[in-house]
Amino acid sequence: MTSSPSRFRGTDSYLSSEGLQAAVNCALTLQRPLLVRGEPGTGKTLLAEAVAESLGQRLLTWHVKSTTRAQDGLYVYDTVQRLYDSRFGEGDVRDIRRYIRMGPLGESFASKERVVLLIDEVDKADVEFPNDLLHELDRMRFRISETNEDVVAAHRPVVIITSNNEKELPDAFLRRCVFHFIDFPDQELMRRIVGVHHPGLDESLTEQALKVFYELRNFTRLRKRPSTSELVDWIAVLKANGVTNVKLDDNLPFLGALLKREQDLMAVAEAFGRGRRTKA
Amino acid sequence: MFLPFLYELRRRGVPVGAQEAVALAGALKAGLHDSSLDGFYHVARALLVHAETHLDAFDQAFLAHFKGMEGAGQQLKDELLEWLKEARERRELTPEERALLEHFDVEELEKLFQQRLEEQTERHDGGKKWIGTGGASPFGHSGNPREGFRVGGEGAEGGGGRMAMKIAGARRYQGYRGDVVLDTRQMAVALRKLRAFAREGVADELDVEGSIAATAKNAGELEVVTRPPRRPNTRVVLLMDVGGSMDPYAHLVSRLFSVAKQATHFKELRTYYFHNCVYGRVFDSPYLVGGISVPDLLAQVGRHHKLVVVGDALMAPYELTMRTNSEGRYDPTEGKEGLVWLMELARHFERSAWLNPEPPQTWRGNTIQAVKNVFDMFPLTLEGLGEAVAHLTKGRMVRGRR
Repeated sequence: MTSSPSRFRGTDSYLSSEGLQAAVNCALTLQRPLLVRGEPGTGKTLLAEAVAESLGQRLLTWHVKSTTRAQDGLYVYDTVQRLYDSRFGEGDVRDIRRYIRMGPLGESFASKERVVLLIDEVDKADVEFPNDLLHELDRMRFRISETNEDVVAAHRPVVIITSNNEKELPDAFLRRCVFHFIDFPDQELMRRIVGVHHPGLDESLTEQALKVFYELRNFTRLRKRPSTSELVDWIAVLKANGVTNVKLDDNLPFLGALLKREQDLMAVAEAFGRGRRTKA
Repeated sequence: MFLPFLYELRRRGVPVGAQEAVALAGALKAGLHDSSLDGFYHVARALLVHAETHLDAFDQAFLAHFKGMEGAGQQLKDELLEWLKEARERRELTPEERALLEHFDVEELEKLFQQRLEEQTERHDGGKKWIGTGGASPFGHSGNPREGFRVGGEGAEGGGGRMAMKIAGARRYQGYRGDVVLDTRQMAVALRKLRAFAREGVADELDVEGSIAATAKNAGELEVVTRPPRRPNTRVVLLMDVGGSMDPYAHLVSRLFSVAKQATHFKELRTYYFHNCVYGRVFDSPYLVGGISVPDLLAQVGRHHKLVVVGDALMAPYELTMRTNSEGRYDPTEGKEGLVWLMELARHFERSAWLNPEPPQTWRGNTIQAVKNVFDMFPLTLEGLGEAVAHLTKGRMVRGRR
């Protein structure tokens, strides 16, 4: 791969829309982080893999958790190890570099070739987390204060950030990102997705399952609407049990695979039960 | 060339600034839009919009700007009339539709169209009269009379840009607008901002800096220091109006309640119900039983609790002045007026907010206005909730400001 920005056109296994391609290419050309948002199960995380694959670059992943701090992504100074080593006289304690461990972001800067860095579910961390990353993502460099060394990215990594919108991200952070919102797949795309996961599935079952699925999604009283992965699981269960006909009524088979909340199950039973359909 | 478009976006509440303009210029210079309007739509959307709440506004701005409804009026009009003349020869029209067309005299139509174009100040979808999309008016597109009399679209962009217009016109992101009433997840997001942390409880987290300092003081002998972990420290009192005029909003308010209950980032959440106005007592259930008297409540909860009241504040004026005692019974001599009870609540807490499901336009000249003088009031929409939360998380209010 040359260092000049190459165009992303999706891959064989990752179906991407025109808007998504434009967003990825903007991020590549302008060398800005790409922020991807969308409902769970719309393939936000897979996008990074697809981009890495199509650019032929290595993918580094940083899974953000509620306890993650921005510093963890750059480097961690293992003080406790050093303290113990000094106590028990193991190793060269004076060489502080031995106790600096690079985080995913630090590693992507230090890497010799350009890499794709996925910062997954950035909104899981504390509200201040994205702000702490602003400078590093902007300048693509940081300083290890313990050793007084600068880590400067030789090649700006392609940064892809996903968010489930659990927390509002700060404006200053948003301004620096290229934004893309992944739509929930429409029926046509969903049929292709189901086809990828369950090749050779009976067509009438696919048709019926999709119909039920979108009817449920349009049912406004649900607390949690089923998403792609739930549909795929549900069809797997249907297939395993040899079900050939599904219809949205009170004895819909394995509804628990689609709806995970008790209130939702009750609401559906109430609205679609006993054959009388009430429009939701 | 695209600068007026940016101002159009700003006018519609999409916060774009110099940074976005520079980024867009850079992308266009690099040819990312493939010199097509479709490409421009996608590139501009990726760079100018930062949240899905603005996608709908972006689509609208894009339509308004590039459809030339305001800009290229003359050209547009000519095209429209061209189309109209053609329309009579169109084969795909049913006899009924053709009959309908015969109804309209071209000249008359032209007059009508111009007149409406002048009257109309903004984009319009659905409906029967205005020029826009999806309606039954003879003007606009995707309407009932077959393809409608398409405004803009094909000719205007010279063949290109059809997709972009279609996408923008579909307004698929309407559901994500920030100013529509909330769904549970969005509410949860908004409430999450209320959290604050404090270190309390069992010390089971390693304090690295502390350990180093202690070890150094201890002449190099390892000394491990621990500290309590950070825990949420927000306490909330939620009061909710039930029954009567609040019935239309029952579903909405119950969602807010369930979200607040599920929120794990509150150290304490107390929820109470009242009807119309607080009369000395708030209740445990929506059936107005159980509960606690207001003086007891104020004794139990500190000033640092955040008070959130949800109600429409609409009632008969006498209900604000009715005197009741702390048991909630009518007591014309010893009791306090409803409004006074509200004031006591407002005065006790350092931060409080009133969420009102009634649209803000209706907040004048009725009991809402009186209540609004006591509490800071916010509409019960995503934006309003966000503002209320921001208001609640600020420091203390100036005491006795009212």
